[in-house]
Amino acid sequence: MKVVLQNLTKIFPSRDKKAGKEVVAVNDFTFEIPDGKLIGLLGPSGCGKSTTLYMISGLQKPTGGKIFFGDDDVTELSTENRGIGLVFQNYALYPHMTVKQNILFPLQNLKGADKLDKDTMLERAYEVARLVQIDELMDRKPSELSGGQQQRVAIARALVKMPRVLLLDEPLSNLDARLRLQTREEIRRIQKETGITTVFVTHDQEEAMSISDMIVVMKLGVVQQIGEPQEVYDNPINLFVAKFLGTPPINVLGGRVEGGRLFIGEDMVMEVTGVADQPVVVGIRPEGFELDDNGPLCCTLKNVEVMGRDVSIVSSHAASLNPQIRSIINADHRVDTSAETVRFSLKPHKVFLFDAGTEARIPYEVK
Amino acid sequence: MVDSKQQWKAWLYLSPAIILLLVFTVWPIINTVRMAFLDGYNGLAIVGGARFTVGIANFQKVIGLTSFKTSLYNTTLLCVLTVPISTLLALLIAVALNSIKPLQKLLQTIFFLPYVTNSIAIGMVFAAMFNIVGNMGTAGNDIIITAGIINNLIELFGGEPINWINAGSTYAANITVMVVYIVWNALPFKILVLLGGLQSINRQYYDAAKVDGTPRARVFTRITVPLLSPMLAYVIITGFIGGFKEYSSIVGIFGEDMGPAGAPHRLNTIVGYIYDALPKMNYGQASAAALILFAIILVVTMINMQVSKKRVHY
Repeated sequence: MKVVLQNLTKIFPSRDKKAGKEVVAVNDFTFEIPDGKLIGLLGPSGCGKSTTLYMISGLQKPTGGKIFFGDDDVTELSTENRGIGLVFQNYALYPHMTVKQNILFPLQNLKGADKLDKDTMLERAYEVARLVQIDELMDRKPSELSGGQQQRVAIARALVKMPRVLLLDEPLSNLDARLRLQTREEIRRIQKETGITTVFVTHDQEEAMSISDMIVVMKLGVVQQIGEPQEVYDNPINLFVAKFLGTPPINVLGGRVEGGRLFIGEDMVMEVTGVADQPVVVGIRPEGFELDDNGPLCCTLKNVEVMGRDVSIVSSHAASLNPQIRSIINADHRVDTSAETVRFSLKPHKVFLFDAGTEARIPYEVK
Repeated sequence: MVDSKQQWKAWLYLSPAIILLLVFTVWPIINTVRMAFLDGYNGLAIVGGARFTVGIANFQKVIGLTSFKTSLYNTTLLCVLTVPISTLLALLIAVALNSIKPLQKLLQTIFFLPYVTNSIAIGMVFAAMFNIVGNMGTAGNDIIITAGIINNLIELFGGEPINWINAGSTYAANITVMVVYIVWNALPFKILVLLGGLQSINRQYYDAAKVDGTPRARVFTRITVPLLSPMLAYVIITGFIGGFKEYSSIVGIFGEDMGPAGAPHRLNTIVGYIYDALPKMNYGQASAAALILFAIILVVTMINMQVSKKRVHY
């Protein structure tokens, strides 16, 4: 089931009448989610990603715009008639019911033609429990389960009605780091096995990048960029997106373009053909640095962190807009840790230029 | 842990409370037990210099008395009727209050007013509402004049006025008035507790239920009530404890005679019986009755606790 969002807008009236300022949580969001894909809504808190999810679920009514499931306009349809499964951030499992009762609960609500007999309900419940691998825990209470198991129960409860669309609100935020890795793969597997169009919300870019077919990066209610994770990472549309994606984060430096050449401080670091002379913000991915004794970028060496496979070099540069520059290079290179400075050359496709005012990306030809 | 050199200070600061508790709570409890188990313990006998033997004669005497049996029956009946009714009503009102947004605070205040109003005063208002003023006319041609708003309402809808609380009223009518009054009086506290419980239930459970298309009745029985069960248990247990101590509500409506004119003590309760025994200096019997009341409350509370173990989800 494809999901189409058309100029979706949500405005919350201001709580304080005197202040009189309304909050635009989601502003003119248009996007067609292809059938059977896993979509990650990504952004810092307050960017409108959860509001978008709740509008798709029907728990919140949009102020403007339309939502389609397939060809059906569901904008005015109430939540229960949309055929969605929703997994809440803190799972919202009914604490007084066993896992089995929790999973059966949505089925017991079915009315009329959809009504199931007891055996079919149990069969369905066990089927979905096996899918998320909790069929051993059916008689336990939620309080007797670990966070990861509760998460699976919540997914099972959302899936048991065979929803047209599965929605997950910060599905991994309540799990510890190890469980998070495991569970996100699990979500991916379950989504692939069921083929249900799935939208999930997260503020963790790594989470979104690792399992999504497509990601939507949002900021203050406005969609910044939509695309496949790698594409968005490699081609950020503006400084915000570039900063938001990637760990460690992108290094940001002040620079200027003169005569088709990029200067950082006094160093001419790269040729950037086709860019007019102007001050620019330079974003360099940590993996965009190469150790080069004759390299154009000279930084003050502060620290070298060995991580086994890679070496992380922490240095500083007068033009850097962050306190430090972090570069990640292959551990095959030996770094002279006693040196005072370190010189890099840059990989052109890992260097992005942004307009110093609008922060929009400035394209240039890589030679 | 307090430094041992400083401990005397701690005791000093605690002493006002401890002394008051010892004098006015601990000693009376001990003395009640002592008096109850001294056969025939009686204020007059003490003056006469009598000595008492330890025994259970006070209990035997009390249990044998019709006045005590009446009191026990009235108390139990009022408890059994009012606790379930008031709890159910409070639950419905709390849920309704919780689901409306405008005027919620105002309505909350209105529903809480009876709690801060003197129960004797409320009783007098109720007595006025259920009032009926005498029979006029000659035999076979009775004209009943009513001055109570309840009877006025009944007449408005074409019914016959009922003698609720005045001379010649029936026991059933009296009990009905008491049930209405006690339930109304018990509502505010229960609503307050249940509303607090409702407001602490995570909204996401309701959102989850909404996503699943759960009918409202099912949300109520399968989600709201179980999640509210700790508060319900608390309200029911304290309701029974309060119910067995019922006294002032009856005084409020019927006065210290504990019954309509012509049938005094008809609505007496256990606490009423204890108070009645005191001016007669029957301290032994009063103490025995108090201990019986204590035993009843203990048993009822234990039953409540047992039931909650199965039904309450903490």
